[in-house]
Amino acid sequence: MLATYLTASTTEGAQGAAGAAAHGGEAAGHGGGVPPFDPNYVAPQSLLAISTFGLFYRVMTNVVLPRIGGILEVRRDRIAGDLDQAARLKEEADAAIAAYEQELATAKASANEIGQKARDEARASADEKRREVETSLNAKLAESEAHIATIRDKALGEVDAIATDVVTDIMAELLGAKVTAAEAAAAVKG
Amino acid sequence: MANDPIHQFQISKLVDLNIGGLDVSFTNSSLFMVATAAAASAFLYMTTSNRGMVPSRLQSISEMSYEFVASMLRDAAGTQGMRFFPLVFSLFMFVLVANLFGMFPYFFTVTSHIIVTFMLAMLVIGTVVVYGFMKHGLGFLNLFVPHGVPGVLVPLVVAIEVISFLSRPISLSVRLFANMLAGHITLKVFAGFIVSMSAMGFVGVVGSILPLAMTVALTGLEFLVAFLQAYVFAVLTCMYLNDAIHPGH
Repeated sequence: MLATYLTASTTEGAQGAAGAAAHGGEAAGHGGGVPPFDPNYVAPQSLLAISTFGLFYRVMTNVVLPRIGGILEVRRDRIAGDLDQAARLKEEADAAIAAYEQELATAKASANEIGQKARDEARASADEKRREVETSLNAKLAESEAHIATIRDKALGEVDAIATDVVTDIMAELLGAKVTAAEAAAAVKG
Repeated sequence: MANDPIHQFQISKLVDLNIGGLDVSFTNSSLFMVATAAAASAFLYMTTSNRGMVPSRLQSISEMSYEFVASMLRDAAGTQGMRFFPLVFSLFMFVLVANLFGMFPYFFTVTSHIIVTFMLAMLVIGTVVVYGFMKHGLGFLNLFVPHGVPGVLVPLVVAIEVISFLSRPISLSVRLFANMLAGHITLKVFAGFIVSMSAMGFVGVVGSILPLAMTVALTGLEFLVAFLQAYVFAVLTCMYLNDAIHPGH
């Protein structure tokens, strides 16, 4: 097909109508030929194709491609930057967590210490109070015992006197004998 | 003429210009070339004007095409190939938008003309040859002598390599142009069937459902082809550029 077109265009220039007729209907009369092979439009089409495409190429090279490339570049940088920042923030967060745990451990330790101290103090003071109370109770107990002892002695002494009286009275009643207090007391004691 | 499937590719002069005997008329093809470049530039420019950190949907499209082409080029030609990124990106966007423009009814498909695709292909091959010789000098010719070929076969292999290299601009341009041309003709033919069949009464109207379904399916396919051919063009450009950067296979 291309060969037909090429021969058609050359013969046309050289031999005119005779050559065109020799090559059949395709080249005979441009109106009836296949338009894509119409040699009349080789010059305007190729010129315009080159110049239009050249212009298009210039626009692409100078305006459009740098712009799209720039957009993609900026986005890539931005994503990389954001990832970096995320990594940095994560590191910071990890450091903060570590510091927090450290603080927590210290706080726990000091809390234990304080609690232990408080417990010790409380126990010490309780012991002291108990001792005081015990001492005072012991003192009171001793005092009470002493008191009871004196009372008992006194009571026992009085029992003797009463017994003597009773002996005297019984002797007088039963025997009609007069017993002296000294005798009676001796008998009671005896 | 309305049903002529070729008519859609007809070029008509909008402004007749002639400079020094050279025909530089502004045609409908020129109009759509300019519209393609303008629409692609405007889309890419406007969607990225906010420079959003979080892209909007349209900005995502621009960024995705950027990264799509960038990874395509990096995979094919390595990091050194990234100096050609503007070229590959411009080619991809230009071809893609031109193909997609062709999908609008009554729009002219710029890439359905071999002159346009051939110019783009020559631009690629020209870049490859110029850069190859600039970078490697005559070492660029190693491209035609693959490693590990037995001495006897070298002339044959070199001949094959040279032919394959010379056919690259043709295959590159014909692939794109033929796909667009054939696709649009097929679409037009099937759509024409609907009209001509419906003119044949009730049976024709019922029967025209078939070409209608075909047209709908083909429209979807053509959108795929529009993207795919732009992709193929860009990928092949990347591979050819790779030859210019690393000629020694």
